[in-house]
This record gives sequence, structure tokens and C-alpha cells, in this order.
Amino acid sequence: MTSKTKNSSVPYAPGCNSNSDNSILQVRNLRKWFNVKSAFRFAGRDLFGTTSWLKAVDDVSFDIEYGKTFGLVGESGCGKTTTGKLILQLEKLSTDGSVDAGNIFFKGEDLKNLSDAGKKEYRTSIQAVFQDPWSSLNPRMRVRDVIGEPLKIATKMTRSQINSRVSEVLEEVGLHSYQSNLFPHEFSGGQRQRIGIARALALQPELIILDEPVSALDVSIRAQIMNLLVDLQKEHNLAYILIAHNLATVRYMCHQMAVMYLGVIQEMGDTEAIFNDPMHIYTNALISAALPSHPDIEREEIILPGEVVSPIDPPSGDVFMTRTPLEVDEKHEYFSTRPNLVEKSKNHWVIDTPWSLATKENRVKMASLELD
Amino acid sequence: MSTKKKISTKQFKDGFGPSTVKEDIILSVKNLKTNFTTKWGTVKAVDGVDFDLRKGETLGIVGESGSGKSVTSLSIMRLVPDPPGTIEDGEIILNGRDILKLSEKEMTEVRGGEVSLILQDPMTALNPVFNVSNQVGEAISIHQGLKGATLWEKVVESLKSVRIPAAEVRAKDFPHQLSGGMRQRVVGAIGISSAPSVLIADEPTTSLDVTIQAAYLRLLKQIQAESDIGIIFITHDFGIVAKMCDRVAVMYAGRIVESADVRTIFNNPLHEYTKALISSVPKLEEKTGRLAQIEGQPPMLWDLSEGDAFAPRSKLKFKPEDAKIRPKLVEVSPDHWVQLSKASVEDFEKYSHLVDY
Repeated sequence: MTSKTKNSSVPYAPGCNSNSDNSILQVRNLRKWFNVKSAFRFAGRDLFGTTSWLKAVDDVSFDIEYGKTFGLVGESGCGKTTTGKLILQLEKLSTDGSVDAGNIFFKGEDLKNLSDAGKKEYRTSIQAVFQDPWSSLNPRMRVRDVIGEPLKIATKMTRSQINSRVSEVLEEVGLHSYQSNLFPHEFSGGQRQRIGIARALALQPELIILDEPVSALDVSIRAQIMNLLVDLQKEHNLAYILIAHNLATVRYMCHQMAVMYLGVIQEMGDTEAIFNDPMHIYTNALISAALPSHPDIEREEIILPGEVVSPIDPPSGDVFMTRTPLEVDEKHEYFSTRPNLVEKSKNHWVIDTPWSLATKENRVKMASLELD
Repeated sequence: MSTKKKISTKQFKDGFGPSTVKEDIILSVKNLKTNFTTKWGTVKAVDGVDFDLRKGETLGIVGESGSGKSVTSLSIMRLVPDPPGTIEDGEIILNGRDILKLSEKEMTEVRGGEVSLILQDPMTALNPVFNVSNQVGEAISIHQGLKGATLWEKVVESLKSVRIPAAEVRAKDFPHQLSGGMRQRVVGAIGISSAPSVLIADEPTTSLDVTIQAAYLRLLKQIQAESDIGIIFITHDFGIVAKMCDRVAVMYAGRIVESADVRTIFNNPLHEYTKALISSVPKLEEKTGRLAQIEGQPPMLWDLSEGDAFAPRSKLKFKPEDAKIRPKLVEVSPDHWVQLSKASVEDFEKYSHLVDY
């Protein structure tokens, strides 16, 4: 860090334990509200109808520790990818102006207060690997240029330095340096994902955002890529944010995780704590719907009433109350105000309302099978 | 907003009860060979595949991309694009007749009538400019010759059979107005509207969320229990196999390398590829240690050797000449078939009396 002036302190948020010394990234009250205008417009004016807000990410706070993996899980539309984009600064934080859009703290320093050099360090320290290795690599660029482009933009390296760095990262992800002359279409899906990882590694980042890095790959290749990511993490002390919907992948890769629903974190904490004792009904429902690893494992499915609600103008209280199978008390304070995460056991936080915690009937039974 | 909601914590035993497999074989594929002519040479996409499907049974065909599982399904539908593809050899006996011998006109009636196909992506399978009732109705009017009000009733009925709520309203919707899960149900409704005896589901849930995927799989099981339909489930996900299938055929490079009932495959896999596939998937139920990974890439199908295609990726120690023998698929125990090769079956010696090499 170039400017180590500790003038800003990271505010406390429920669910975030670690102090800024061991966290590379801390997000606080992150919000991304999209303005959705009604369809009836004429000459640039709303004739009738109103402006609504699509709350893709609403008051999300978490910490990412150095060298650890943080998993974001949820169904499509829950805001997990938008959260990743906000951190990558591909989307700007925004609200309707009535509430604060939140802050991102990089190594204890508010992003808004960073100097130009600090911002540059932020952008090089945070890289991304995307889901689809077919569309995330430019088909008209050679691998050398795909991987070398971030180096060309962000560093003052000469062409030969860039080439040797490209060869270095290619070897690191299990490809050969002579392959830097080839085009992306000359590689298989797994190899292309390796190229994507090499591109993310080129600038020696400290945090990589992995947005569904293996779900587009073949089963036999997935293990290769997951093992590669785990090895690279150990070697370079990388932090990952893993955005995924496959819970088994999350359990394998992540140290901490958060379950999101409708833009709000419902349950957060150590991955093993959550899988061993999922508390929120939504987490239980997700786990119960996941596919078993053996035909003799029968999990009874917990089916939530209704469908995923639209994130346009969600309830002002607990967002989960429209899906809970339990009775909702209209007089309860969380019917109209947002509940906070509560620490139920060590490093295990959950939204605690009378209708959100799993009761005996809707708790998933994680029958593990002793195989001979 | 009324918050007095019915407490529906009832947990479903979902249709995943005892299997409904009957003895009658409805589909029998024998020595199917489908080739594609490419500029690199002839690609043997399906190279001598045999399997039977019984009434009420779910057969999982598992394999990576390029293993020939989708071409097998297209061959059964007779939808292999010709040129470049041709069905070189084999028989596909559906309800007692060889559909490879049917004329294209006769095949039109079989396709969608006796056997239907559900594809992976519901957005490309549905036409965006026609509403749901047009598209479901098209299949029904071709196969059952219904018109007007009776057709409409049948459309609504088949939408109800895939549990689409407010089917009369939804029937007038266009595909873009439906969610992903609902779209896939519409595709399912088209598939089963003419009560086929075989339904081929080609990775129908890969683009869906976990909860929607679970609901869709449950729906397929329920439909199967109601109508004794035989389902061929094409997938690369062993989780789906564990949840859905009665029997499994594992394909590699156009051939079946192992096939058995689902418990045998999980408890006692013999082929190295099957073993590796199962152990390379992280488990949800427990913290998994380092994953076993299969080294290398799936082979390019145009330069396949005559021998054991899996040998280059096998972890076993073997002599190079062992890999050059074309392995035979033999029955090592009742209804457990393995492609026996020294290069990719660890217990080869135990079964070596079954083959002449």
C-alpha cells in the first residue's frame, strides 16, 4: 500500500468480525438500486406510471480475509453477480439518494478517499475470472495478447518483459509457453478457462473474483480447475470471492460464505458452521434441493411457498417474509424494518425473525452416507 | 397484504419412491454407429452402442462433451444432420419396429409421438414469436389431429400435467413472459403432450437454478409414475444420476465403457473412467479432501485409435500393446457391463476369462 495513512476507520457491521489488519477487502452497506421507469413515456417524460427501484443489492456487508475464499450463494437474481461487479467497479454504487450507497474499504482505506496511485493499486489487485470461457476471451487476439493486455495497460513493462511474464503465468496454470502464439479457438474449454485464470494472475493480484468459474466446464475438467485454483491460492496467498450456485463447489472451495436472497444476506459465516447447522429456512431449502452424491442419500425437499419474488420494490421489512412457510406477524417490527444479522454461534450469523429460522419440520437432514 | 398464510411446512416425499420399472423393453438400441464426415476425416461419434430401455425406467447416459451421448439421442430421433452425419449401422427398435427403416414421413409421426426430446435450453427450443398454446398445440394437432376447442382443451390439459399454475392464462403468454423454470415446463408439456413411450431429456436442467432444477426433476418423476414412460436422461452430472436414474450407461469416445444399475455404478464401479468421474465431484454432505482429477483432455474423435480410447488418461500401469486391443463390452456380473481392457480396468485379471485377449 502506497499511502498508509490510517485516517478512515472501517465501521462495524453485523456479521463482520475481522479487523482491517487481516482483511484485504471490507464492504459496508453496499447498495445497488436500479431505476426502473414505467413503460408509458412520451417525449422523454413519464406520462403516467411511477418510478420504481430494483434493489439488486441492498445493504450488504462482509469482509474478505487475505488468502481466504468467500462464497456468495443464491438463486439467479439474488444479486450475487452484481455484488461482484460492484467490487470490480464495473457497476457504480447507487440508491435513490435517500440512503447511503455504502462503502468499499481496500486494506482499511475507503475507496472514495484513495489517491490515484491507490486506485491504480486497487484495480490491479482485484481481477476476475468469468463463467464462460468461450465468450470471455476475444477470439481475434492471440493468447499472448489476451494475457499481456492488462500488463500493457497497468504496468510499464517492455514487450519482452511482458512476453516472459505471459510464459510464466501460462506455465503456472498448466499450459505451455509456446501456446501463447495460438488463438483461443485452438483450445478446449478447460484450457480456455486456464487462460482466463492466467489473465487474472498476470498482474499478481491479491483478490480474484470467480464468477461461476467451473459451471460451464465438463465434469472431468472441473476438478482440474478447482484444484488449480486451490493450489494457486496457497502459493500466492490469494483471496477469492467465489460466486456460485452449486453448493458442493462452495463447500469444497470456501472458508466463509454468505447466502443471499433478494439482494440481502440471509446467513453468513464459516462454511462448515453453515453446512453443519444451517439455520435460515432459505439455506435449508437450498441445501435440500441440491443433488445428492449417492443414490442412497434421500434428502426430503423443503419447498418454499411461491416463486422468487421480483426485486422491484421489495418489502421494506424482512425480504424473506413473502416466502416463509411460517406465519408472519404483521405487528412485528421486522414486518416494516429490515432485521440485522445476529450471531447465533461463533462466526455464524443469521437474520433472526420469528419466521426466518428453521424449525424442526423444515430443517434439512444432511444424511451423510458411510460408504464401504 | 394478507400475511395469514397457510402453514405449508409439509415436506414432500416427492415421486422418488420405489422404482416403477417394468419388464417390457420399449426401446432397444443395437450396435448403433453414427459417423460424421469432416475435413479431418471420419468422426465416429457413436461407435457401436447397445442398450435397452424398459417401461417406466430412467436410463442415464453420462459422459463429457464429445462422448457421443447427444448424438446417440439425435440418432434415436433420426435428427442427425445429413450431410455430414450418417447412421452407418445398427438397429433402433422402438415398440417392436426398427425406426431406422422408416420413411421420413413415417418418422414424422414417430418423432414427437412415440419418442420426444427435451433440449437443454428452453429459450432456444421455444419460438419467441408464437405463444405457448400455438407451440404446444402444434405438436398435438400433428399427432392427434385435434382442432379448435378440443385442441385448446388438450393444450390446457397438457400444461396442467406439467403443473403450470393458471394454465388457461399462461397458454396465451409468449415465451419471454415466463420464467426459466416455466419455459422448461412448457417444453416438457410439448414433449409429453402426445403420450410418448420414450422421452429423451438432453441436460434439461443445466440452465436452471437448484431449487427449480429440483422441482423439474420431481415433475419428471411424477409424470413417469403416472404414465410409465421410459426416460433417457442425458447428463454429465452424477448428482442427477444419483437422484433420477435406475440404470446408467457411461460413455467415452463414442462407446459405452460401463453400464449397470445405479447402485452398482456408485458402489462398485470397475472402469477407471467411471471411478474417476464419481470421485472428481465434491460432496455436499461432507467436507471433501483434495479432489481426484482426471488428467488430460477428452480425445479428438477423428484420430481415435482402434484400441482403448481411455488408455492415455488412465492411471493404471499397462503395457502399450494392451491399449491397442479394442476392448469388448462384457457382462461381468448380472446386468453389469464393462468394457474390459487391461489399460483401464484394475480388476482385469478377475474377468480375463470373459475375453480372448
